[in-house]
Amino acid sequence: MSDRHDTLVEVENLQVHFHLQEGIVRAVEDVSFAVKLGQTLGVIGESGSGKSVSAQAIMGILPMPPAQLKNGRITMYLPNNGMGMRSVVLTDLPTRGGEFRAIRGKEIGMIFQEPMTSFSPVHTIGNQIMESVLLHIPNITKKEARERAVEILGRVGISRPERRVDDYPHQFSGGMRQRAMIAMALACNPKLVIADEPTTALDVTIEAQILELLKDLQEEFGMAIMYISHDLAVVGGVADEIIVMYLGLVMEHASAEQLFENPRHPYTQALLRSIPTIDGTLERLATIQGAMPSPFTEHMGCPFFTRCDQRVPGACDVRRPPIVEVEPGHKVRCVLYE
Amino acid sequence: MILYIVRRVIMLFPILLLISIVSFIVIELPPGDWVSNYITNLRNSGIELQEEEAARLTAMYGFDQPSYVRYAKWMQGIVTKGDFGWSFQWGKPVNDILRERLPFTILISFSALILSWLIAIPVGIYSATHPYSITDYIATILAFVWVATPGFLLAFVAAWLVFHYTGFSPLGLNSTDFLDAPWNTAKLIDRIKHLILPIVIIGLSGTGATIRVMRANLLDELKKQYVTTARSKGVPELTILFKYPVRIAFNPLFSTIGWLLPAIISGEVIISVVLSIPTMGPTLLRATLAQDMYLVGSIVLILSSLTVLGTLISDIYLAWADPRIRFEGTGK
Repeated sequence: MSDRHDTLVEVENLQVHFHLQEGIVRAVEDVSFAVKLGQTLGVIGESGSGKSVSAQAIMGILPMPPAQLKNGRITMYLPNNGMGMRSVVLTDLPTRGGEFRAIRGKEIGMIFQEPMTSFSPVHTIGNQIMESVLLHIPNITKKEARERAVEILGRVGISRPERRVDDYPHQFSGGMRQRAMIAMALACNPKLVIADEPTTALDVTIEAQILELLKDLQEEFGMAIMYISHDLAVVGGVADEIIVMYLGLVMEHASAEQLFENPRHPYTQALLRSIPTIDGTLERLATIQGAMPSPFTEHMGCPFFTRCDQRVPGACDVRRPPIVEVEPGHKVRCVLYE
Repeated sequence: MILYIVRRVIMLFPILLLISIVSFIVIELPPGDWVSNYITNLRNSGIELQEEEAARLTAMYGFDQPSYVRYAKWMQGIVTKGDFGWSFQWGKPVNDILRERLPFTILISFSALILSWLIAIPVGIYSATHPYSITDYIATILAFVWVATPGFLLAFVAAWLVFHYTGFSPLGLNSTDFLDAPWNTAKLIDRIKHLILPIVIIGLSGTGATIRVMRANLLDELKKQYVTTARSKGVPELTILFKYPVRIAFNPLFSTIGWLLPAIISGEVIISVVLSIPTMGPTLLRATLAQDMYLVGSIVLILSSLTVLGTLISDIYLAWADPRIRFEGTGK
């Protein structure tokens, strides 16, 4: 794929299925992307597009069963004690084993969607941040871990962190809890932070603050961010590169500018049309016709066929179009560009 | 926290007072009383009893006075002298009977409770962490059979099996050889051997239900987001399990301590009768049949107080274990 030196995590042909009683959910069919060092990858998609499942696969926290990793390879490139790089194939590691656990929380931190339920209600915020520090930083004392927790809480904008560190989650507001969540994810200076819809449960003003905070922290700590959202406008503001997902497939993959200036895929174009603008005339927002197909259906062709306004019957619905590069760094999966 | 405990302890007193009144009303409810029964029995057996004599008997036992006066006297005895009154049936103070049976009953109940938890909690945890596995199904089936098996039946069968295969009769508190023997090591060992079966049977009778409760609680907790959060920090699975969901799943279990005590004590009545061990259960049963009112009242009062105390203990535990409860208590 791309230049190995700036690649941090590479996902190749990932396929994850959920075996439920009602049938098989093809949550992720064929997903490939790379997260580059210190950059932000935005992942866009409706619910059920497989964006969170892809993130869980990287973290090794897929609920197995029912989830099953059918295919694909996830590789992480880490510095080898100052001697070049070593590559770790995450998909080869047992997810509950020590080697993977040493990466989870240390090299990859994760911010979850629900700040309300992501903390244990009966342990202090400090305890839960320190847990990660004590686990991953060798020979650290409890006191130092606590200092680290206080420091990082202060850094994410919690006032009087030396006192709040002993608070319980229910004493924090939603926005503060998400800040604490970010602090927990960053506690061990990970190289990658996966933010799985971190602002969905928050109101808009808090959302803006959290996004601002993530950008500042990225500048300061230099970590890469994989930012998952269903809101193209939010991702557009933070991401260097964006992938657009639909029903377990990457539909379009481009830099943020390319995607906004020149969206190729009909789905991306439809998404962009449905973003309200401040100076636009007041009119009904454009919507995408139809609804997501049932997650249990298997698609012969393009899964967006049923809702697409540029569909080519006889071409789109008979076989899945390959993903092709239409210009450098801009890939699309659509028959129109084959 | 201390404020919370103090508040809860102060609240105990009105509750206990109310319980004592209810206990007394309950034992006053059945028609007739012990003295009128006694007089009737005397007359039936052909003894000529003059009216004055009957009135003297009634007065002697205090039954010529209205019930609230008797309640006041009874309460006065309990509060000022710790005297629970007189047992007509036994012809001795209620205190003596309680002293013989209460500590022993509590010992059996607590041992049974601990045994029950020692079995139920690990099995419940295993079931919840391996849901819908063969082992889980086996544990589930056994638990349901367990719930459905009456304790006294188990006691019958177990007592017979023990006797049949070892020749040791597990009934009563001591073997007949030791009944009048002074306390020594041999008698103690004999006593312990006699206690094992009641503890096991009484303990097991609650185990099935506890397994189900533990499994259900833990299954709920395991699905919660904070478990995934802990996993995403790279915490080992066992550490996650015991630090987070198991600890939270305990709370509903501990919150039932209060009503577990009377349940065990009333549940062991039949088992105790079958195994002929003198605990509170059979004593209460016989006293009720004989309208031995002060004994019944005292036992009901003590059982209720234990319930209230148990609830207090579980509330204090919960406040300690769950900060959300604690902060609500002190007005944040």
